[in-house]
Amino acid sequence: MAFLLRRLGSAVFVVFGAMTLVFFVLYMLPGNPAALVAGPGASPAMIATIQAQLGTNRPLPQQYVDYLWRLAHGDLGTSFATNDPVLARIWAQCPATLELTFCSCAIAVVLGVSLGIVSAICENRWPDRLIQTIVLFLVAMPSFWIGILLILLFSVLLHWLPAMGSATLAQLVLPSACLGLNVSGQLERMVRGSVLDVLHEPFVATLRGKGLQEFPILFRHVLRNALIPVITLFGVLIGQLLSGAVVIETLFARQGLGRLVVDALSLRDIPVLQGVVLFVSVFYVLLNLLIDLSYAWIDRRVRT
Amino acid sequence: MSEHILKTRLRAVLGRVPVAPAPSARARTWRPRVSASIILPAIVIAFIILCAAAPAWVAPYAPSDMDDNAILAAPSWRHWMGTDQFGGDIATAIIFGARQSILVAFAAIMLGAAGGSVIGLIAGYAGGKADAVLMRLIDIWMSVPPLLLALIVAAALGGGFGSTVIAIASMIVPRFGRVIRARVIGVKILPFIAAARTMGAPWVWIVWRHVLPHTGSVILVLATLGVADSIIIGASLSFIGLGSNPDQPDWGYMMSEGRNYLTDAWWCATFPGLAITLLVVSVNLLGDALRAWAEPGRERA
Repeated sequence: MAFLLRRLGSAVFVVFGAMTLVFFVLYMLPGNPAALVAGPGASPAMIATIQAQLGTNRPLPQQYVDYLWRLAHGDLGTSFATNDPVLARIWAQCPATLELTFCSCAIAVVLGVSLGIVSAICENRWPDRLIQTIVLFLVAMPSFWIGILLILLFSVLLHWLPAMGSATLAQLVLPSACLGLNVSGQLERMVRGSVLDVLHEPFVATLRGKGLQEFPILFRHVLRNALIPVITLFGVLIGQLLSGAVVIETLFARQGLGRLVVDALSLRDIPVLQGVVLFVSVFYVLLNLLIDLSYAWIDRRVRT
Repeated sequence: MSEHILKTRLRAVLGRVPVAPAPSARARTWRPRVSASIILPAIVIAFIILCAAAPAWVAPYAPSDMDDNAILAAPSWRHWMGTDQFGGDIATAIIFGARQSILVAFAAIMLGAAGGSVIGLIAGYAGGKADAVLMRLIDIWMSVPPLLLALIVAAALGGGFGSTVIAIASMIVPRFGRVIRARVIGVKILPFIAAARTMGAPWVWIVWRHVLPHTGSVILVLATLGVADSIIIGASLSFIGLGSNPDQPDWGYMMSEGRNYLTDAWWCATFPGLAITLLVVSVNLLGDALRAWAEPGRERA
């Protein structure tokens, strides 16, 4: 219980810190937002009025307090560009990104875990070396280059799958494969290392000595122990998937939060930018909290 | 966060980071034969550095040469990697783009390593309140997913070489800080530190003369592996359009341009990506070799 409370407390603190960080980083954004909202050819008086409306002419501490106050009420502001509430725009784009993240995560887990196990069993033999070489490249390839290669192969050359858009399920295949492949390399390395560590524990030798077959040893005893630490990797992987989504959604012309960020950047739409970055960060922090808690629940040794 | 989770996670984040793995685990990991795995990447890196240093020597054409008879021409003897939408030679553009790509990554890692080392050294050596404050700061710093952080920092600083460098460095600092802190805490308990303290040495001197040299190998290995990440993030930023300088197209920018011609000209986007991949694979292999060389000396005085 104390552990739970401590973790919750630190998560709240980190969320608050992230809000402050995002506020101050974006405060430095060059260009007068009021001038951008007013559009070209606006008179200085008009810009001043809009500035007063937006509240960007007030002193910084006051803006900061106001910002926190609005956030506390769940208000992320209104978009400079479209005048819609930011939260509504985020909710509209959220499913597409979640879909992408979820599918690519599934692909990464299936590929990473199975290849990692095969690699560990065949330690130093040719399947292991083959997989390690592939992983070496998977980790090094920028996600958008994988994406371009996939588009070239499956859309341009074979005409099997569409390269653009996010309406149908077929349009989800390439982007999630691309993100999933990109992340599966790291997962494979971690799983391989973890399984190898457990395989060399004395209790495995004991099981072998008792005459158990290799398969039951692997599935009943080794994997159970080896895959627990891998759970902690998920927090990091999700962070990478969310980062990757920004690039991948741009490449595949998909809808989603990443696309919203990139568009908001080019329009200098600060409330949207702020809103999405905060939203994603809070999601990320909460997910990490969940992972830590579930890890503590599975492995009681961690609760210190 | 408990120490155990933190350690496992660190190993996860940085994958290849020496968070004191058992020696037996290290011996077991498969590594390609020393000769090939060091010489090949070294050759690739040397060649790319040559390209960055003196592109005019290596490139077959000048970057301003436009072949009007070969717009979006496929790879041929005249243009090994084909031409772009203006008839410019892709191979030439890649060679001239090397400098920008490498400089950004290198500058970012220097800045990030310096910042991370200072934070890690202070937090690890001072301990107590300073440590707690710095670590909470790093928690906050890492709560924004890496590329998003680089994105808003690059946007806030307004683009250009310096802003890209700071953006990438801002992503590297917290990761570095955490690992180096852990290392410093390990070094701090060694007897010679206590001896130096008993002698009345000022803490700045102890950190500089004793702690830093014992952290050096970790910093070096982390920096080498961090270069790889910096290259990829730098390319991603350029790809999104937050690049360092459109006048000097780097590989990421070339890919975002080539993306528009995927159906007609696969070579435009493919070859710059290949260059990034080759460089990153080489840096990673060299980093692994470096770690293998540095780690046995972990406990060496």
